[in-house]
Amino acid sequence: MTDHSYRLPGATGDWELVLGLEVHAQVMSESKLFSGAATAYGAAPNTQVSLVDAAMPGMLPVINAHCVEQAIRTGLGLNAKINTYSRFDRKNYFYPDLPQGYQISQFQHPIVGEGEIECERDDGSIFTVRIERLHLEQDAGKSIHDLDPNATYVDLNRSGVALMEIVSKPDIRTPADAAAYVKTLRSIVRYLGTCGGDMEKGQLRADVNVSVCRPGDYEKFRENDDFKHLGTRCEIKNVNSMRFIVQAIEYEARRQIDIIEDGGKIDQETRLFDAGKGVTRSMRSKEEAHDYRYFPDPDLLPLEVPQSRIDEIRAELPELPAEKRKRFVEVLGLTEYDASVLASDKDRANYFETAAKGRDAKLTSNWVNNELFGRLNKEGLDITESPVSAEQLGELVALIESDVISGKIAKDVFEILWDEGGSPAKIVEDRGLKQVTDTGAIEAVIDQLIAENPDQAEQVKEKPKAMGWFVGQVMKAMQGKANPQAVNEILKKKLGV
Amino acid sequence: MSDLLSLSLADVTAKLKAREVSATELAETALNAAEASQPALNAFCAFDRDLTMTMAKASDAKLAKGEGGLLEGAPLAIKDLFAVKGVETTASSNILKGFKPRYESTVTEKMWAEGGVFLAKTSMDEFAMGSSNKTACTGHVVSPWKAEGSDKGLTPGGSSGGSAAAVSADLCFGATGTDTGGSIRQPAAFTGTVGAKGTYGRCSRWGAVAFASSLDHPGPIAKTVKDSAILMQAMAGHDPKESTSLPNDVPDFVAACGRSVKGLKIGVAKEYRVDGMPEEIDALWQQGIDWLKAAGCEIVDVTLPHTKYALPTYYIINPAEASSNLARYDGMRFGQRVEGADLTDTYEKTRGQGFGAEVQRRILMGTYVLSAGYYDAYYLKALKVRRRILEDFENAFGQVDAILTPSTPSAAFALDAEFTDPIQMYLNDVFTVTANIAGIPAISVPAGLDASGLPLGLQVITKALDEETMFAVGAALEDSAGFTAKPKKWW
Repeated sequence: MTDHSYRLPGATGDWELVLGLEVHAQVMSESKLFSGAATAYGAAPNTQVSLVDAAMPGMLPVINAHCVEQAIRTGLGLNAKINTYSRFDRKNYFYPDLPQGYQISQFQHPIVGEGEIECERDDGSIFTVRIERLHLEQDAGKSIHDLDPNATYVDLNRSGVALMEIVSKPDIRTPADAAAYVKTLRSIVRYLGTCGGDMEKGQLRADVNVSVCRPGDYEKFRENDDFKHLGTRCEIKNVNSMRFIVQAIEYEARRQIDIIEDGGKIDQETRLFDAGKGVTRSMRSKEEAHDYRYFPDPDLLPLEVPQSRIDEIRAELPELPAEKRKRFVEVLGLTEYDASVLASDKDRANYFETAAKGRDAKLTSNWVNNELFGRLNKEGLDITESPVSAEQLGELVALIESDVISGKIAKDVFEILWDEGGSPAKIVEDRGLKQVTDTGAIEAVIDQLIAENPDQAEQVKEKPKAMGWFVGQVMKAMQGKANPQAVNEILKKKLGV
Repeated sequence: MSDLLSLSLADVTAKLKAREVSATELAETALNAAEASQPALNAFCAFDRDLTMTMAKASDAKLAKGEGGLLEGAPLAIKDLFAVKGVETTASSNILKGFKPRYESTVTEKMWAEGGVFLAKTSMDEFAMGSSNKTACTGHVVSPWKAEGSDKGLTPGGSSGGSAAAVSADLCFGATGTDTGGSIRQPAAFTGTVGAKGTYGRCSRWGAVAFASSLDHPGPIAKTVKDSAILMQAMAGHDPKESTSLPNDVPDFVAACGRSVKGLKIGVAKEYRVDGMPEEIDALWQQGIDWLKAAGCEIVDVTLPHTKYALPTYYIINPAEASSNLARYDGMRFGQRVEGADLTDTYEKTRGQGFGAEVQRRILMGTYVLSAGYYDAYYLKALKVRRRILEDFENAFGQVDAILTPSTPSAAFALDAEFTDPIQMYLNDVFTVTANIAGIPAISVPAGLDASGLPLGLQVITKALDEETMFAVGAALEDSAGFTAKPKKWW
């Protein structure tokens, strides 16, 4: 087991990190949280805005039941408690991209309470992060400051889109683990179909809370979650890629350590990550923090979900990555590594499972993980854009399994599939790529080779390794179609190895 | 023609149906009368003659075929809080100057579906905040009533003051109002008209400018109890666009007006006998009790012990919700905007110049009571008291079918009456505000005149969903009172 502890050396001794994340996940839904407006990404500015989203006088919100179920589904995927009673509050502040002058959110009574998830590191090791809560809220619109030197433009397409804010406990201890946590969350919501998880499109956005403490303090904190053992935290807003999460944390940790070691004090504040410069800078201090004047939204009734509906949703949940990974190892016999690569992404797992249906799972996993992913990576394609379908790859694997073609020929067939498509069986048939298992035909070739190369044949008797030359020659003569096992056996016999 | 305007809604729709008068003639007459009244009463803030006449013509076409809804062909006035598509809707505030909604409020849409004809928008206290109609950006509305021997301008009450004045002066056959703390019932009482609000959620708030969401009740102001029932019948019903809209079927309010009240138990609460209440209000209340006794009701003493906390509770919840509801008037998307040096300056100038003093006061109070550190002491406490007030009513309605109270602590006051202390103005709501806090039906019925000949009203409150008993008792009071006084035309 690798040591995952993370220490930052300082002038006064070592420091440790304590990280907690607030992830905003855009709910996968055709329409917004409280209005019927569409949510499609990339539409022309202000074309997906209802009267409610623009906060016209007299407009009222009506909850989108689908978004509520998506939140419940996500909560269940986080092994969390689903609250049968929750409530919407108004978070009041002024900004031009917030038409109502308040965001409808869940402050006191979130729809999802405490849970926990198992996260996976790149090396396959597992760590647990406790979830504090998940609540539903509206997204704001978008302010565009760079179209005009003197004006800000506002696009309300995003205004009112449903977000799930997933708040972790401060259970994350390294920058890499923070990224791994977000990856795990992304994988879970994608499995559940509750969020697209595309960080570039803003479907998943992270705020990172960073503080530093001395070795041993965190363990004291964990005894009863008493925050007095931890340092003052800063919240870094909207860190929107895995790489930036790592960079922002590393920078922020160093900044805090330097301040403390210089005799300073950390101010609790909200900071922004400047990706260009790789630094965090102050956005607003605690004193400047808004007083959001939360209060229950009088336009909405409390949200009451019957336990029976929660149970129904639970029964319909798909298999999640952690369970899938386990099953791939225990039932299908894949290696931990292969299982985790395949299970971590819903589309990959689907691809693999479709291809492996009724076929040798290990062989299929090798093909998916090596040939296919290798090629996709090279071309910069996503699994969903693969020119070779899961069915085609499965058929190809079946051909190898039943000795119709060799693994080597299969690679050629794969190339043909990639470039031209078609049915693997038909390609093999049409191009005469079928493996020759007819020992008579192989023997004839071998006899001829031995006859033509008596010196080499003699050499092999003394140096059995030299047999490789004959193998190569047989394959060459038979355009690679000879069954390699048969070739080896016959050669051994004939050459007396 | 102009006597036609003095008919009740029920009578005029009967005449329209009988084709004794056409909707277009009637609309023309009403429009002319309404426009002519403007210099004196100033009850209206927006007309749309084309819209009025188009609707009237459509009504005539229907009536000619023997078709038509509950309100077919009757010109009706609409409080400026309700969005009427294409007609300037400002809530009598400068901040919404020029705002013409591209949508129709649910309540008005339902009224038009029943054949109502849009007459005009009526002026109100800005954003419905007030009881005098003095805060309207278009200037105050003057009541058609005058005290005997005086030429002093009187308030029609508020906030639905324009609507009440228009109905009282026979300029229309009914009007919409909204009642957040008494804004339908108090002006109705001041103008000798009937003002009713149903159970919270009975009439949709969608498309009506929000003031205090949990307290806002749309409802009618009418000439008679039956007219108010007809109007509410048209206005009410479940609205899927409003989350707090009642899903229940709408009972037959009109039929309820004819129900016997014999055997009903009527509650009288000692807590409504407030300090300094004028003798004549007390006397009117006793008169009401006697009338209902005579009609076969049993009078029962009930107690509503938390009544004294109602006004303070109201003046926490109401501004809290208002402060948030009015945040959308930021000059960014509609209405007036005053450019400033930067964003904050623009906000400050827009809202500082767009909102009047009372609106600013409520926003400040609301912001304060919701602030960190004050929330628990004010807002949360107010919600708890609200619960107690509701329980008071639930207990009382375990014993009685309806509660009888005066509508207001006095008759209409003069427009130039100085309220140095806003609390004095707030006291106007003392009898009405509890029904908003509890979200239960209440009606004000004109029941008599004070010593100077000004109208006074009695209020009937019933339990949630029981508008039928409210209309039945209201109609019984109306019958007994035989209130026929009308303001002498001076406008």
